[in-house]
Amino acid sequence: MSSGKVAGGTVLRFAAHAKFRFDEVRQAWILLMPERLLLPDEQAVAVLQLVDGDRDADVIIDALCAAYQAPRDVVAGDVLAMLQDLLDKKVLRE
Amino acid sequence: MTSPGRPPVEPPLALLAELTHRCPLRCPYCSNPLALERAGAELDTETWRRVLDEARAMGVLQVHFSGGEPLARRDLAALVGHATKAGLYSNLITSGIGLDAARMAALAEAGLEHVQLSLQDADPARGDRIAGLAGAQAQKRQAAGLVIEAGLPLTVNAVVHRQNLDRLGDMIELALALGADRLEVAHVQYYGWGLHNRAALLPSREQLDRATADVEAARARLKGVLTIDYVVPDYYARRPKACMGGWGRRFLNVTPSGTVLPCHAAETLPGLRFPNVVEASLAAIWLQDPAFERFRGTAWMPDLCRSCERREIDWGGCRCQAFALTGDAARADPACALSPDHALLAEARGEAANAGPDFVYRQYSGAARRTPEIIA
Repeated sequence: MSSGKVAGGTVLRFAAHAKFRFDEVRQAWILLMPERLLLPDEQAVAVLQLVDGDRDADVIIDALCAAYQAPRDVVAGDVLAMLQDLLDKKVLRE
Repeated sequence: MTSPGRPPVEPPLALLAELTHRCPLRCPYCSNPLALERAGAELDTETWRRVLDEARAMGVLQVHFSGGEPLARRDLAALVGHATKAGLYSNLITSGIGLDAARMAALAEAGLEHVQLSLQDADPARGDRIAGLAGAQAQKRQAAGLVIEAGLPLTVNAVVHRQNLDRLGDMIELALALGADRLEVAHVQYYGWGLHNRAALLPSREQLDRATADVEAARARLKGVLTIDYVVPDYYARRPKACMGGWGRRFLNVTPSGTVLPCHAAETLPGLRFPNVVEASLAAIWLQDPAFERFRGTAWMPDLCRSCERREIDWGGCRCQAFALTGDAARADPACALSPDHALLAEARGEAANAGPDFVYRQYSGAARRTPEIIA
């Protein structure tokens, strides 16, 4: 009964309780959850802006490689690890 | 506005809106003050709406509707709706008593994002005894079902102490059965009512070690299913907690009658006058009020804390605990092993080891009644 393993074809969306919003007061993206709140760094914001319940991880990785002109294996490693972590923490769901 | 030990004041992250002190439960560790506020003193709907607007405008992101029992306020859904419109993430902290299908639907419709339901024990009779209300546990189960049916995320908040800690494993199972995706295992905090009943509630080291092991095992087993928040309690800590993330740094609290506090227990501290929302805007209070300035940053600290490398990690620990245990709110938190007062915690543990299970229920001022009946 544990959460799944994130792979290239995995499509993720935000869990119902996780709200990813731009805060005008701080001029920053904020991830709001029950009793918790994250201020994602620039890299994480770039990933989370692409999480929409439609794009799979491969599409997200390709988009980031193009945007940052970074090697795909490096980007893929970072993105998959981050998505897995957020899935395990139930910030994201399948 | 910057000086050494006085970083610029950042906007608060969260508001604890204590809508009322009225509550059908009488838990002997209630976080409300010993002097409870009566219904007649409560802020009206319009004033709460203004408080919510001011909170969002100054940077507050989350509002926790709490009490007492916030469901005792008939305007709860209206206030949740207002918070949603203002752009606040809203959380309901409730006993579950008084939640029915109609109110749950109204709250969900109003945009409530999350419900935190208190749990007194895994065993219904023991839970009802701590809650001081027959049938409380059954109503909580029902409330959890309504939250899940409404599709809202549920956190179970299990408040633990000597009289229920041995059933933590059962409480974890119950949280799962209720459909929670988060469990907060919250050790009783010993201020106010909790301090009054400390000898009856403080756990032993052996209990604590077993509970910590239970939590670690459950966390590994339930990864991705149930998130468990758990912190070692102050009375067994080596370093103090960063209470409220630092005084006047992250959180503010508004009491039922509108008093604005840096934490819910701050009114226990003598010599501080806390402002009211009817006198000034939340932003003015946050930025300028002397009571909010009093323990902000590091300049107020005793040398022991100010020279410590952890001064901006734990911010000197908890002011209310320092006062409750030493009589001086500006001393180091005795939870710190470096504090000259650290032995007070060992004394309290020793006192609790020899004390029985009787406690005083939370109640409006008047004669204190002892626990009526102990379940063997």
